[in-house]
Amino acid sequence: MKILVCISNVPDTTTKITFTNDNTEFNTAGVQYIVNPYDEIALSRAIELTEGGKGTVTVINVGEAATDPTIRKALAIGADDAVRVNAVPRDAYFVAKQIAEYAKDKDFNIILTGRESIDYNGNQVAAMVGEFLDIPSISIIKKLDVDGDSATLEREIEGGKEVVTVNGKFVASCAEGVAEPKIPNMRGIMSARTKPLNVIEAVAIEEVTKVAKYETPAPRGTVKLIPADAAEQLIDLLHSEAKVI
Amino acid sequence: MSVLVYVEQAEGKFKKSVFEAVSYAKAIADQQSTNLTAISIGDVAEGELKELGKYGASKVLNVSTDQLKTFVNQAYASVIAAAAEKEGANIVVLSNSFSGKGLAPRIAVKLKAGLADGAVELPKTDGGKFEVKKTAFSGKAFAITELTSANKVIALNPNAFGVKESAADAAIENFAADVKQSDLATVIKDIVRATDKISLPDAELVVSAGRGLKGPENWGMIEELANLLGAATACSKPVSDADWRPHSEHVGQTGIAISPNLYIAIGISGAIQHLAGVSSSKVIVVINKDSEAPFFKVADYGIVGDAFEVVPKLIEALKAHKA
Repeated sequence: MKILVCISNVPDTTTKITFTNDNTEFNTAGVQYIVNPYDEIALSRAIELTEGGKGTVTVINVGEAATDPTIRKALAIGADDAVRVNAVPRDAYFVAKQIAEYAKDKDFNIILTGRESIDYNGNQVAAMVGEFLDIPSISIIKKLDVDGDSATLEREIEGGKEVVTVNGKFVASCAEGVAEPKIPNMRGIMSARTKPLNVIEAVAIEEVTKVAKYETPAPRGTVKLIPADAAEQLIDLLHSEAKVI
Repeated sequence: MSVLVYVEQAEGKFKKSVFEAVSYAKAIADQQSTNLTAISIGDVAEGELKELGKYGASKVLNVSTDQLKTFVNQAYASVIAAAAEKEGANIVVLSNSFSGKGLAPRIAVKLKAGLADGAVELPKTDGGKFEVKKTAFSGKAFAITELTSANKVIALNPNAFGVKESAADAAIENFAADVKQSDLATVIKDIVRATDKISLPDAELVVSAGRGLKGPENWGMIEELANLLGAATACSKPVSDADWRPHSEHVGQTGIAISPNLYIAIGISGAIQHLAGVSSSKVIVVINKDSEAPFFKVADYGIVGDAFEVVPKLIEALKAHKA
């Protein structure tokens, strides 16, 4: 079994988000980068499924050389090899096209991503890769089991879940529940340095989106405090002042 | 040129978030001085399809072939894209639901379209541009995204636009869709829906609790408060990590992002990752015994007090209010 896991390089979850250049660019000063937490879940499940000689896990990232430490982290967690498509990850459409181009003649059984990246929150790459490759995609899965050429997945739906089976190749985006994120051990960290990380060039594709500007949410007013011994006043305020109940 | 909106049905019915997507798509159609067509896939009665007219759909394409009774991501995307091409629709609108999130990217690739998912406002079309405001950095920011392609796909966040009525009479047409066999490779084996609970992503009111509750056995009062309000229940990351509550209730940066009209946070301190997922809620209430909890800085209303004393009081007050 060959699994390809798509990795995003994203700001650490504790990052305070600010912008520069008239709010057109994300301010990267002092930002720590990590493997996108959902991608880590996807990677952990891929490693579980291939452990003990049952297969191999390749990670792919679309990014510039600055993302190499994040890719090495994925190798330390347990991926066998890595590919970096050397380009600025312009948007999901661009990234998905690069991944599909790489994967199209490699015979991967499964392609996994995280449910979304925590920076742009696209939730687009998995389904786009599926469409570019003309294979099924299942978005936001909570469970993934593989039995030979057939897989059973649980997909989140509003107020519940759907159990889906698929035969043959597919793409899926992973949410919490698919696996516990693995933490790299010392052996993993040591071996990550020498695992293959191949750099390939991007293919051209038409531009379909660009970010014109970023905005930060408007600051909220000051909190109106209600004494704990008069908690019932809250209900009146929510009804008559905030008008939400 | 026209606008096409996909109306997702669940067990033959449309939810509020669908009417919201139709209202939003109608406003875009008005911007573009064109008509709005809706497409429904699956078993939906004519009366329910007619409802879409109330929110501005002048035509409804109805796809009810046996193969497409249940959701198949790949096939549904093919049918919606085919309908967009046949109708000459260059803008496709969907609700940013779980299924919408799987469909929109495939439709975008088929139509070579730019996709804005998580849209929170009407597009701005000044100077011939087409810019959509969408959530980014898990609620810590918004990205004004320009869709530069001729075709455009927009997935609207629930509760972002609201339901707006606009009288139109919807003409219902059957739409014959060719589905290739390879589009039907996934098969649904089972659907499990908790019918007694309000689904969190599109809930208008949410009651959420954190570690301050001390243990899963104390969630009874949270559920009672939520039931009285007609609210969905949610929780913080430590709570779902400890298996006190299911992962599907975890809101925050690595859980789901929500924007209800009212978010009540009980015993949640308000770490930056949690705030990211809930900061676009319209009204935030924080109940915490620590007056220094960071959550109070983003709250509209706050009670500094012990949840085990405050919540029962709220339950009593709510019962009195309802009576």
